[in-house]
Amino acid sequence: MLTILRQIAVTGIKTEATPAPADENVVVARLQEEVLRTLGRALTIRQVDAGSCNGCELEIHALANPYYNIEGVGIRFVASPRHADMLLVTGPVSKHMAIALRRTYDATPDPKLVVAVGDCGCMGGIFGESYASLGRVANVIPVDVAIPGCPPTPTALLQGILAAITAHTPPKAEPESSSRTE
Amino acid sequence: MNLSGLGLVGAQLPGAIPAQRVPVSSGQLLAACRLGWEQGSRLVALWISDDRDRARGFCLHIALHDQDGVTLLEYTIPDASSAYPDISTIFPAANRMQRAAFDLVGVASESDDQRPWLWLASWPIDKFPLQRDFVASPKWEPGEETYSFVKVEGDGVHEIPVGPVHAGIIEPGHFRFQVVGEKVLRLEERLGYVHKGIEKRFESLRIGEAHRLAGRVSGDSTVAYAWAYAQAVEAIADAAVPPRAAWLRALALERERIANHLGDLGYLGNDGGFAFGLAQFSRLKEDVLRLNLAAFGHRMMMDYVVPGGVASSLAAAHAAQIREQCPALEREIRILRDIYDEHAGLQDRFRTCGRAPPDLAQQLGLTGLCGRASGQEFDLRCDFPLPPYDVIAPRKMTQTDGDVAARVTVRFDELLESLRLCSALIDGLSDGEVNAPVPEPPPYRLGLGFIEGWRGPVFIALETGPDGTIRRCHPHDPSWSNWPVLEHAVIGNIVPDFPLINKSFNLTYSGHDL
Repeated sequence: MLTILRQIAVTGIKTEATPAPADENVVVARLQEEVLRTLGRALTIRQVDAGSCNGCELEIHALANPYYNIEGVGIRFVASPRHADMLLVTGPVSKHMAIALRRTYDATPDPKLVVAVGDCGCMGGIFGESYASLGRVANVIPVDVAIPGCPPTPTALLQGILAAITAHTPPKAEPESSSRTE
Repeated sequence: MNLSGLGLVGAQLPGAIPAQRVPVSSGQLLAACRLGWEQGSRLVALWISDDRDRARGFCLHIALHDQDGVTLLEYTIPDASSAYPDISTIFPAANRMQRAAFDLVGVASESDDQRPWLWLASWPIDKFPLQRDFVASPKWEPGEETYSFVKVEGDGVHEIPVGPVHAGIIEPGHFRFQVVGEKVLRLEERLGYVHKGIEKRFESLRIGEAHRLAGRVSGDSTVAYAWAYAQAVEAIADAAVPPRAAWLRALALERERIANHLGDLGYLGNDGGFAFGLAQFSRLKEDVLRLNLAAFGHRMMMDYVVPGGVASSLAAAHAAQIREQCPALEREIRILRDIYDEHAGLQDRFRTCGRAPPDLAQQLGLTGLCGRASGQEFDLRCDFPLPPYDVIAPRKMTQTDGDVAARVTVRFDELLESLRLCSALIDGLSDGEVNAPVPEPPPYRLGLGFIEGWRGPVFIALETGPDGTIRRCHPHDPSWSNWPVLEHAVIGNIVPDFPLINKSFNLTYSGHDL
């Protein structure tokens, strides 16, 4: 027990808290304000992997580490879409996941936000559209905000989540379709 | 593997790994597999290619490996209506590979188990994406499939379906538990949900650009896949890689191992009810990723390994930072390891949980990290040490208990060893070019890539087409061999221990579903 306490004390608080322009901490600070103002208490997110290579999932996981400390600003990942305010969807949407994704969307109570994550979620990425892939998330469910990047950094993810909850008129994802692979 | 007893002679395949290619007839196929099994060979991959356009029917490829290298058995199947012998009677892991090969190419084995594996009703069941005359129709709508799970019957037995969308931030797949009370009698996996047509996609890319796709087969193993792909291209093109590039590839591969092991150790602590572990290890992992971004231009080092070398050199300042990070990380990891080892509650969850004993592991072909935790002493870095591994000499880390605790121990041991290797790599890093031009590979050649990623050996078989095109590319993840063993390791454990056992295996869905 003493070694655990010593390690905690020695590690200190790693959460980055000094806001500076164009710094990721600005995002965290604004995010907290927005979360509190818009939702009163907290934002709950249900993450759905609809076909990603798992790279985006690793960066979404990183949001929970002590540096980004996403729970510390009132955002929580929940186990059921029924408990969620927002779906964070990675793609490309495989045809095999299309039904599961639609059902997850339908199970999420209104008002709900959908954030498409990664180059694949935004436009199909390197996988594109094919016999097995439906490409971007917006091809399957309505998307409020798209966060590009392969994968997007935790900072970009925070910025995207912020954009989604501040946007009064949600910008729809780019209309151009991704290249077909066949 | 010595096949002279069967009168078979192999042709050596060019490339960094010792490999031979052996054509076999239908009578010799099973005999060759059985001889391989008796000589201690392990199944790496099984796939089929459509060569009807070259008047060669279909070709079944079975890659085995042992201490002599890779043996690729090739059996020609005249047409799609003829079945080939069932290999799963010798190598059980072949079962799902054979079913997947049917889903994609339309050639069946003689096995009794003809259930689909990667097919989930999203395209017509009589259309096969990897047949050369396949044309996809935009009218095909995703459908629903009824899969015949094996049911357990008896007093109080019930079924728990889980997935494909899981409660955590993980990849999709379906698990069907048959339980009595909280005890798991049987687990059956149903994968294929993230099948996104990767093998077909390869065929529309050029050889010189497809390393990007290879690096996205399974994002957590991007360096291993990109390196395996580059190895295959370089083998076909007979291209040499500058020494500095080889050392930088190894540095990236070891840092990928470090990052993933750190992440896993954190989540294993968390799943054992010890959130402190997650906070500590995820902090250390973030330190590694941030330095990756500075040194390699990407947190996960995607697109860093390219055919011919690596995408960028390593600045002296970053080399120094990486060198400094090694002992700093080691110090912290040793403290955390002591804490894990001495934490009674955590050890109570880890020990004897999710056991895959060595004899079972050997029988089912458990591979990579999980294999080494169950007494399967294979590590490509040690068994076929390519530069720079011949110089830095990695030590093989093995355990024999085969439980969650053993997989945790192997991760700690490999983590510390990889830190030592990174230090040695920086200390021995020579100056010079980091990329050499790769001549356009000749058409209709086969090249193999085989790299020990953090999860286990990653295999890529690449066949070139004319004018720099890809005719066929089969990436193969060690998870193919390990997913079936997870089903066994769970038996007799309680349902709430499944997340912990699953995490201790940490297998890829994307790399498996392709």
